[in-house]
Amino acid sequence: MLIGKSLPRVDAYDKATGRTKYTDDLCGKDALIVKIMHAEITHGFVKSIDTSEAEKIPGVVKVVTCFDVPDLPFPTAGHPWSTDPSHQDIADRHLLTKHVRLYGDDIAAVIAEDEVSAMRGVRALKAEYEELPFVLDAREAMKEGAPVIHEEFPDNVLKHTSIRKGNYEEAIKEPGLVKVEGWYDTPTVQHCHIENHICYAYEENGRIVVVSSTQIPHIVRRVCGQALGVEWGKIRVIKPYIGGGFGNKQDVLYEPLCAYLTTQVGGRCVKIDNTREETFNNTRVRHAILSHIISWVRPDGTFAARKVEMFSNQGAYASHGHSIVAKGMGAFPQLYPCENVEADSYTVYTNRQTAGAMRSYGMAQAGFGVESHTDDICRKMGFDPIAFRKQNLMPVGYVDAFSKNELYADTFNQVMEKGMAYIDYERKRKEYANQTGDIRRGIGMAVLWYNTAVWPISLETAGCRMVLNQDGSVQVQVGDTEIGQGADTAFSQMTAETLGISFEKVHVVSCQDTDITPFGTGAYASRQTYVAGMAIRDCAEQLKEKILRKAYEYTRMQPYLCDIIDDNIVRVTDGRVLMSLASLAEHSVYDLDRSNHLTMEVTTQTKSNAYSFGCCFAEVEVDIPMCKVKLLNIINVHDCGRLINPALAEAQVHGGMSMGIGYALSEKMLYDPKSGRLLNNNLLDYKLSTFMDHPHLEAQFVENPEPTSAYGTKALGEPPVVPVAPAIRNAVLMATGVAFDELPMNPHNLFRRFREEGLI
Amino acid sequence: MANEKVNVIPEEERQYKLVRCTINGKKRQTMVDVRASLTDMLRNDYSLTSVKKGCEVGECGACTVLIDGEAFDSCIYLAIWADGKEIVTLEGLAGPDGELSDIQKAFIEESAIQCGFCSPGFMVSAKEILDSGVLYTDDELKKLLSGHLCRCTGYENIFRAVKKTMYARLGKKLEE
Repeated sequence: MLIGKSLPRVDAYDKATGRTKYTDDLCGKDALIVKIMHAEITHGFVKSIDTSEAEKIPGVVKVVTCFDVPDLPFPTAGHPWSTDPSHQDIADRHLLTKHVRLYGDDIAAVIAEDEVSAMRGVRALKAEYEELPFVLDAREAMKEGAPVIHEEFPDNVLKHTSIRKGNYEEAIKEPGLVKVEGWYDTPTVQHCHIENHICYAYEENGRIVVVSSTQIPHIVRRVCGQALGVEWGKIRVIKPYIGGGFGNKQDVLYEPLCAYLTTQVGGRCVKIDNTREETFNNTRVRHAILSHIISWVRPDGTFAARKVEMFSNQGAYASHGHSIVAKGMGAFPQLYPCENVEADSYTVYTNRQTAGAMRSYGMAQAGFGVESHTDDICRKMGFDPIAFRKQNLMPVGYVDAFSKNELYADTFNQVMEKGMAYIDYERKRKEYANQTGDIRRGIGMAVLWYNTAVWPISLETAGCRMVLNQDGSVQVQVGDTEIGQGADTAFSQMTAETLGISFEKVHVVSCQDTDITPFGTGAYASRQTYVAGMAIRDCAEQLKEKILRKAYEYTRMQPYLCDIIDDNIVRVTDGRVLMSLASLAEHSVYDLDRSNHLTMEVTTQTKSNAYSFGCCFAEVEVDIPMCKVKLLNIINVHDCGRLINPALAEAQVHGGMSMGIGYALSEKMLYDPKSGRLLNNNLLDYKLSTFMDHPHLEAQFVENPEPTSAYGTKALGEPPVVPVAPAIRNAVLMATGVAFDELPMNPHNLFRRFREEGLI
Repeated sequence: MANEKVNVIPEEERQYKLVRCTINGKKRQTMVDVRASLTDMLRNDYSLTSVKKGCEVGECGACTVLIDGEAFDSCIYLAIWADGKEIVTLEGLAGPDGELSDIQKAFIEESAIQCGFCSPGFMVSAKEILDSGVLYTDDELKKLLSGHLCRCTGYENIFRAVKKTMYARLGKKLEE
């Protein structure tokens, strides 16, 4: 049994010795270097760019400006393409832009022999602008007379969608209801993968090759084709190992520009290696979402009606657009089912950094709103937070009408019990009640719910190819990508499990090359173990059948009497080993009579989805005069179905918890209100969690195998981030009586709130 | 791919210096641009690509190497300063036949590696810390490692790996 074993990562040795090659490690030293000119206004038009001085600089090969690039708007979201135009992503990007929509927008590129010359070239460019007023806040951008960021969207609202269930207006007339209302605001934050985005491109036999640090190589190929007006088959995208992505690289970033620039210098290799500052400023960020939630609660603790309005700050370009807040809003009626629900969400263009996908895709924001609000209800009405949740959470057997996702097991109770036991919840909750003094402790929790993969909103399809080598080992290729999460190891375990061969005999091809790799859309939506798992199972089952049919020729035993067990062809009726798989594989290829290459390739579509669940418990100590929150204890408990590799699953949870801690306590992109400029575009001023900011991160699991899943597994990559910030917030609320409805709970915010509440 | 690299810095601005140093136990020498960082020299002249670039301003720790036994962010250390120094990169931790050091083994065993981009820097710093032979407290260990940023692991398993190796080297039993 290989599923459920904590086997070492297949890439561990190379990563531990520094041998693993990432994009920059593969790029030839003779590559031309591209530096981008970033606009020095926040909103307006480029009137002209004088390139004459830059072109004189020795080493500068070519200057390309926003006036030179093709007028082909393209989308960038890492979504599967839709053949239905009404479902296609908004195409609002150009390779370089004349209309500047954020401070530092890309307006020109200098290609040079080396980095210094390229930078000198950029500094020598002179741009003239027509400046326009800008807007940074989503609700400000919705107001009459706000600056218009995209002409096609005169009110800046990229999209508004609604959910209506029952009759909210009638329901709130019920006598005896208590109204609980809150506004919950989350900041713009960044992924901060340690490898910045980087890509290089060159031409080969009249085609463009792009090597990129991306989560979505096949989507990058499509978008490069769309952006350049080139047939998709003429683009080849190669994805080596990548130094983290977290959703930022689930967007097409500088690959189209890079692909275009190589065509401008005769196909010579050009490299765009983003600085950390560019990664902050010019790639993607998490949407800042403001959630306005109203609940009408009966004295018995049940919901009569609920309402949410969500305002999502899209920033300058559409990227993943409305899908993010729509995911959060779509999940709102599910967690605490209620007969009467009104929900509205708005995605609004502003002049901030472009928001895209980031680990949990709108659910960290929605989770903060919903679960902070749950504790606000409990506090106002005197309910116990656990009892209230148990009373109202989706019951076993709950089915979501749209996705058909079902809660099959008593998961919520199971995960909460585990969390409570670990953190000694009941005792501490009693002990920390009614504290006074400067230093106070509190304990809080939040639950999470998460839809795996993107069906039925979008297509779910995965390709898998397996090739049996002459030694009985197997090469396996999928279009879905290893981005650090351990996908290759999980894929290898799945392959070995289904084929009946040992783990060591599976050779996963880690690199995706769109010329070679079967189609797959890539790493996002915590989908790969679920969706690629289906393709792997499908492919391995069919390959096994083919092998057993071939074995008949040598063993004269019917395929249905045989199986592959521990690398051997075994007659299952009596357990006799008939021949080794290695021997069969060798004979099959070199058979002078009937040579067969035993390979299999499948395309597997997935038309189901699965709920993933969990919770977080956090214990804090708040120093009121110092305005500091110290996290003392934290545990996440997840039910992501069956664990493929428990050690790697645990490591995934740690990473998500860490990101959640940063979201709760320290991370925020800061803007200069006068210029619209991002103030903290570096890892010193932007406060992601360091080694010093964490207590021990406890990760535990409840395993209820997912019935719809090929290997019983479902989403785990993103969910861990979701419940952390509200759990910490609820712990601070318990400790101090102060509700923090705006993240992060950093000293600045604590100071403001403690002053407002008269604590200091 | 493209043409040979053309040196395009005007003649009068060219400033190269010979840097002689020991890298992973081998005596090496090369001419480097005086403006180049040690990261650049190690990556470009010696193909030591474990030395990673995450910020190039000394914030993330991905480019950490040992210089005379002390951990430095090589991105903010000029290549010419390395003259006469003994440099160790992650490539220098494993033995000549690829046998892993105790630190590398622990990183694998504790699942402390995910995307792997910050890992070289962490393992190099861990070498500095553990070569001191000091038994650090948890807080001290965390502080010593806090010059490195990681977004995948939450630092949890990295901490376990380093602590486990520290205890093993000092012949002490690690209480879970």
